[in-house]
Amino acid sequence: MADVKAVHKHNREPFVHINKRDDMSWWKAWLVRIAAIIISILLMSLFAVMLTGNSISEIFETMFTAVFGRIETGSYKMLYKYLQEIAILLCLALALTPAFKMKFWNCGAEGQALIGGLGAMICMIEIGDKLPNGVLLLIVAVVSMISGAIWGVIPAIFKAFFNTNETLFTLMMNYIATQIIAYYVYIKGGGSNVIQPVDTGIIPIVSENKYLINIIVVAVITVVLYIYLKYSKQGYEISVVGESQNTARYIGINVKKVIIRTMCVSGALCGVAGMLLVSGTDHSIRTGTVGGQGFTAIMISWLGQFNPFIMVVMTALFKFLEIGMSKVAENAQLNASFSEIVLGVVILFVVGCEFFIRYSVKFRNAKKEDK
Amino acid sequence: MLVQFIFRAVLISIPLLYGATGEIITEKSGHLNLGIPGIMYVGAISGVSGAFIYENMCGNDPAKMNAVLAILIPLLCTIIGSALVGLLYSFLTVTMRANQNVTGLAITTFGIGIGNFLGGSLIKLVDSDIPSIALTSTSKYFKATLPFADKLGWFGDIFLSYDFLTYFAIIAAVVATIVLDKTRVGLNLRSVGENPATADAAGVNVAKYRYGATIIGAVVAGLGGIQYVMAYADGVWSNNAFGDRGWMAIAIVIFALWKPSMAILCSFLFGALCNLNNYINGLGTETQELFKMLPYVVTIIVLVFTSIRKKREHQPPESLGLNYFREER
Amino acid sequence: MANQPAIELRNITKTFGKVVANKNVNLTVNHGEILSILGENGSGKTTLMNMISGIYFPDEGQIFVGGEEVVITSPKDAFNYNIGMIHQHFKLVDVFTAAENIVLGIKDGKYDIKKATERISEITEKYGFELDLDKKIYTMSVSEKQTVEIIKVLYRGADILILDEPTAVLTPQETDKLFAVLRRMREDGKCIIIITHKLHEVLSLSDKVAVLRKGEYIGTVNTAETSESELTEMMVGKKIELNIQRSEPKGNTDRLRVKGISCKDRQGTTVLDNVSFTVKSGEILGVAGIAGSGQRELLESIAGLQHLTSGEIVYYNPKTNGIDNLRDKTPVQIRELGVRLSFVPEDRLGMGLVGNMDIVDNMMLRSYTKGKSVFLQKKVPKDLAHKIINDLEVVTPDANTPVRRLSGGNVQKVLVGREIAAAPTVLMVAYPVRGLDINSSYLIYNLLNEQKEKGVAVIFVGEDLDVLIELCDRIMVIGSGRITGTVDARTTTKEEIGLLMTKSNAEGGDNNG
Repeated sequence: MADVKAVHKHNREPFVHINKRDDMSWWKAWLVRIAAIIISILLMSLFAVMLTGNSISEIFETMFTAVFGRIETGSYKMLYKYLQEIAILLCLALALTPAFKMKFWNCGAEGQALIGGLGAMICMIEIGDKLPNGVLLLIVAVVSMISGAIWGVIPAIFKAFFNTNETLFTLMMNYIATQIIAYYVYIKGGGSNVIQPVDTGIIPIVSENKYLINIIVVAVITVVLYIYLKYSKQGYEISVVGESQNTARYIGINVKKVIIRTMCVSGALCGVAGMLLVSGTDHSIRTGTVGGQGFTAIMISWLGQFNPFIMVVMTALFKFLEIGMSKVAENAQLNASFSEIVLGVVILFVVGCEFFIRYSVKFRNAKKEDK
Repeated sequence: MLVQFIFRAVLISIPLLYGATGEIITEKSGHLNLGIPGIMYVGAISGVSGAFIYENMCGNDPAKMNAVLAILIPLLCTIIGSALVGLLYSFLTVTMRANQNVTGLAITTFGIGIGNFLGGSLIKLVDSDIPSIALTSTSKYFKATLPFADKLGWFGDIFLSYDFLTYFAIIAAVVATIVLDKTRVGLNLRSVGENPATADAAGVNVAKYRYGATIIGAVVAGLGGIQYVMAYADGVWSNNAFGDRGWMAIAIVIFALWKPSMAILCSFLFGALCNLNNYINGLGTETQELFKMLPYVVTIIVLVFTSIRKKREHQPPESLGLNYFREER
Repeated sequence: MANQPAIELRNITKTFGKVVANKNVNLTVNHGEILSILGENGSGKTTLMNMISGIYFPDEGQIFVGGEEVVITSPKDAFNYNIGMIHQHFKLVDVFTAAENIVLGIKDGKYDIKKATERISEITEKYGFELDLDKKIYTMSVSEKQTVEIIKVLYRGADILILDEPTAVLTPQETDKLFAVLRRMREDGKCIIIITHKLHEVLSLSDKVAVLRKGEYIGTVNTAETSESELTEMMVGKKIELNIQRSEPKGNTDRLRVKGISCKDRQGTTVLDNVSFTVKSGEILGVAGIAGSGQRELLESIAGLQHLTSGEIVYYNPKTNGIDNLRDKTPVQIRELGVRLSFVPEDRLGMGLVGNMDIVDNMMLRSYTKGKSVFLQKKVPKDLAHKIINDLEVVTPDANTPVRRLSGGNVQKVLVGREIAAAPTVLMVAYPVRGLDINSSYLIYNLLNEQKEKGVAVIFVGEDLDVLIELCDRIMVIGSGRITGTVDARTTTKEEIGLLMTKSNAEGGDNNG
């Protein structure tokens, strides 16, 4: 009798009940994330199948050829192009990571990279013919890092002293940067919207592979940043400030200094990305040089959970989808922006799947079925 | 010339005002929807698709088109399209408690992708020489003004010569102000954005308000997209033409200190600043480019100024960007 | 109405992950009755009440209101059954006025804040509250905020009122006023549940007492038929030797002299007003006072974390026999002199430790800057972590467990252990036993006594007057940022200290007015 009553009562219990989980072990969490990625890619591939009429294997084949080229031709040109694209996006994502770890939401990678690129461009144009290329390259690197750092440190100073909202501040800084570039391009381009590529102060081509140095630079940054965050005293300070500013204050960390210093690092690394684009890729600059990758980088950095090596994988995946899906769409006479939709959906899936890692869902009837 | 200047400034400001009003409504519930730029694209392309289909159904013959349908179909499409994306954002952030910044940015990527993908596909469909689609007949209905507007001289030009969506933008902002400040719904909504735990304990359905505010905000912002295409751009859609207006709308939200009524003025000011360069004599193109950064500089100044003054009433909603989980310990 | 059961709980169980917060709790409260829920910190009192008010949902068990079984899934449900809860951490919107907060979430016809204000005024007059309804919450004092909370619940027509530790933040006068209001409500036939861990309040106010211990329901007794010792026994499980060991002060040389320091908070309110005192080596100086009277700022001033507007802090350095003025020093320099602050703020993990870091990393918080290398040296902190885990019997899977996963007592052991390991000459602790079980508390007392015997000057900020009187050598009373008196702990009484705490508030009021 008592049981009957109990069942009756349970009918008015909430249908779904969400509970916070204990910490899920890391490998289970990654299984969930990988599952989310796979499901979203399959879903979008099916969508592509519907749109293009190709079979799913054809779609993947198109994607692989678009990204890696035809292996049988023995040319690694496509592969290098792919690695180069990864390198730039990864560099931006890495640049954001120290700031994010400090819980400073730097949404200004776009602007910081543009200004870094501008620094490089100015050096290349103004002092390009006056110095040997090696010295010039060094100056270009330093100037672009400094200009990126300046662009990053302005919001940081206001955050440190007045607690000004950094998300909004850095967002605005992006557009100011864009307009400065537009201005510069106009005066240097002689009224046209382009600056002709220059050939001074450019990153040299090693062994026929145009982007090899770019790729190596970013690979080095990846490893160094990993060590910096995990094993250095400054990295430790960043974690403490990110976890609790009160604790940081209490143990005598100068929070303002750490915020400003970390944003210098973050901005300078964005500056490097800008330099790699200007001096190492385009040899010119325009407002679209970074092309919105500063925003994609925010998502990659966040999805990478502060771990540079996971970011490498994420970037590789994102770039694969971007290049591949663009090609799929183009082949079917569709607009290449299809790849943006795919990226958006994949990210939304990964962001959404965090829910299953942090919470468990109990349905009303689950209890009864257990018995 | 001043009349012309004001007219242009208002025209530029209206999509911004829609975006800003939408974002304010959303942010008041505590959700920083960085997906607004994408949602405005979706709003625009949904309306454009609706208009495109309707124009084709009428055999591209303006004479066969019904004025009411020509307006209603695109509007409904816009509302449905942006509401769906708003729903997606709220499902992820409210129910699934996903990180708002990342979700918002992903929605923007996704939304701009949809805009350009559908837009690009439509352009391919009509097979035109220029990369755009012109929906001039639909635009004509959208741009209909009061018949006596041009008979009233400068007064008519400044105040009466706009399309109906312009007036609706101002009405929407005013209504939003009244609802936020003077009604129970507004009080509840603000409490949800300031302190959801308190609102919850007081019996306000936090999730319902957050869903509602985000979806309504998305619809309002989406209307800005269609207004831009139909009224500002004379019914011409070309990919990426909408540009960064969505981000500018987010800037206005800060500038307006989270007050829709202020957003009317701020949008107009932004419109004027964007437009100023065309009306100052002897301004070279290069200086114009510098002028275009003025709105952002001004926004930063406002942002810094309010953060220094720390006046509680001028701060962002206190739990902006934070998701709410009742059983959080 | 009276003597009818207003609310009844049967076999309520609630778990969070692996932690059992409530297990098989049974309760009955009638109309026109005040029930105290007594239990130590962490015994599950608040969790239990949160289930009645719809914040949590019980895993098992039944709730009856007015004799009928009900399901409360949200605070809204709770309101529908006329249940209202006044939370320990006030649930108010800071930028709203009192009136706006009170009407929040109510649906009663047209929204009209003016009419609502009139209706609220009726309630405030009926029970004798003093409150400006147009005042914004962020400009209010704690007691004003509490008043808003109570009116909010009454305005909703609550018959069943739950108050979570309502007196923790009040002065004795404010407490008396509150109790008077509560008694008036009882006469009105309302059912009142009050959560507390203060025995004398239980005895003076309530009709019945329900006792919880570590989430388990121990039983309910009538206040008239019980005694302080019986309640204590129910609460802690067995009779506790309340005597804390106290040795005679050692050394007795001046160690730290604070001279006339003042400081202001961010809003510009004076939080420390011309505070002067001396602490000697080998003694424990207790600091008593109502929560938020400036204790935190006082300790932070000494640790170099507060900006002082006047005064100086003189440190008699035993190593150099010199004199240092701490006011000119950075927190790091002060720490290196041997002045240690083991601060246990309301949120223990918010300041002294980082919850998401493991024990080893938390050990490093103090010492990571040591050495010239740009990289972290993990060897020393690792050894220290193991030493503390062994010596203080910290219950943890290993040294690499994030401290947020440890229980309150173990977290505290980690924190105090780390501070003591630095061999301080001045040790400051604030509320070190808050939320700890009896055994952990005694372990902490013993650690402090050990330090005292080593000649360390200990400053102990506490809230439990009994503990202060038994543990300390001298007790300094602080109220509204001023020192209102210093007494010998061996001869003083609770009443004397209470009086000093009260006196300060009257003076503080004069200053502000």
